[in-house]
Amino acid sequence: MSSTAAASETLTSQEYIKHHLTNFSTGEGFQAIHWDTLGWSVFLGLVFITIFYSVAKKATSGVPSKLQCAVELVVGFVDDSVKSTFHGSNPVIAPLALTIFVWVLLMNAMDWVPVDLLPWLISMVSGHEMSHIYMKAVPTTDPNMTFALAIGVFILTIYYSIKVKGVGGFIKELTTQPFGHWSLYPVNFILEMVTLLARPLSLALRLFGNLYAGELIFLLIATIGLFQLPVHFLWAAFHLLIIPLQAFIFMMLTIVYLSLAHEDH
Amino acid sequence: MNIGYTLIGELIAFVVFVIFCMKFVWPPIIGAIETRQKEIADGLAAKDRAAKDLELAQEAATAQLKEAKVKAASIIDAAKKHEAKIVEEAAGKAQVEKERILASGHAEIETERNRAKEELRAQVALLAVAGAEKILERSIDAAAHSDILDKLVAEL
Repeated sequence: MSSTAAASETLTSQEYIKHHLTNFSTGEGFQAIHWDTLGWSVFLGLVFITIFYSVAKKATSGVPSKLQCAVELVVGFVDDSVKSTFHGSNPVIAPLALTIFVWVLLMNAMDWVPVDLLPWLISMVSGHEMSHIYMKAVPTTDPNMTFALAIGVFILTIYYSIKVKGVGGFIKELTTQPFGHWSLYPVNFILEMVTLLARPLSLALRLFGNLYAGELIFLLIATIGLFQLPVHFLWAAFHLLIIPLQAFIFMMLTIVYLSLAHEDH
Repeated sequence: MNIGYTLIGELIAFVVFVIFCMKFVWPPIIGAIETRQKEIADGLAAKDRAAKDLELAQEAATAQLKEAKVKAASIIDAAKKHEAKIVEEAAGKAQVEKERILASGHAEIETERNRAKEELRAQVALLAVAGAEKILERSIDAAAHSDILDKLVAEL
């Protein structure tokens, strides 16, 4: 936080922000691996799985433990969201929505970790200068993460569209609307493809954009000296809204897209 | 921002987490929730039923109590009437008995008096005869003068 200003006196604000927005990676181009994104996301996914699995193993319909109450609160919330939108029967959608909601929530919540805390801790442990340490701890500020989620959802959407409507039905849906005349089928196809591809794109970019911008503002605030403390607090408090909201939107849109895939026109 | 292997890695992680959640996390938790919801619904229904049963039982108890009171009152009434009848009968019997005893007493007294009179008369006759014997200083033939004595006795 403010201590960084002293530790990295040689950095300008611009360099400071750019440094913090660089992933800890190896390799170049397509072969680059962002170890911080991978590590934190898998770690947080394991946190989710561990907590929920420990409850699931001992789940009782009798008097629940306090942890089970908390977990049931989340599961019940997701289940209600799914049931209010999707009316078919599909064993995948609800667990998928739960995984997305909790995982994205946890990854977004990394935004609350002060931007210099992790690099500082690593430099204390490893002895390296902070300017040599790259650690972008919020996985959802990495488009690799958000696109991975969106593409996963997109593949499921295509899979269920074909499974429910058949290949012919799916192609028919892409070509015969909105215009009914056969000569306009190519136009329909272009329009429908745009609609289809815009979904994963907007899904991924919405989450990425919100969290990336939030992180950027945190970094900007970190450069303004002592006054950053109250401003940081305000911005972090604002993220009480942003973080769960973005997780919820991602989950809700996943449910909507998958229920659209199940609808036969 | 390098799109590439990281994305593939995250995609694999995503699939693994979703499958794990689908197999091992979601079913037991939602099962527990739904079972409990059903148990609670059943419990509430049972409570409503029990409350209704209680109300009915209370109504029945009140009705029975009222009936019992009416019955008790009628029994007491009958008993009082019976008692009055018994007392009346006993009084009647006692009156009759009293009169009978009085009458028999009177009759006894009457016979006793008549007997005493009879005796007295006989003795008076003897006395009179003895007196007359003394006065006349002679023996009187009782048989010859019995008609006079009888007349005397009758006059007593």
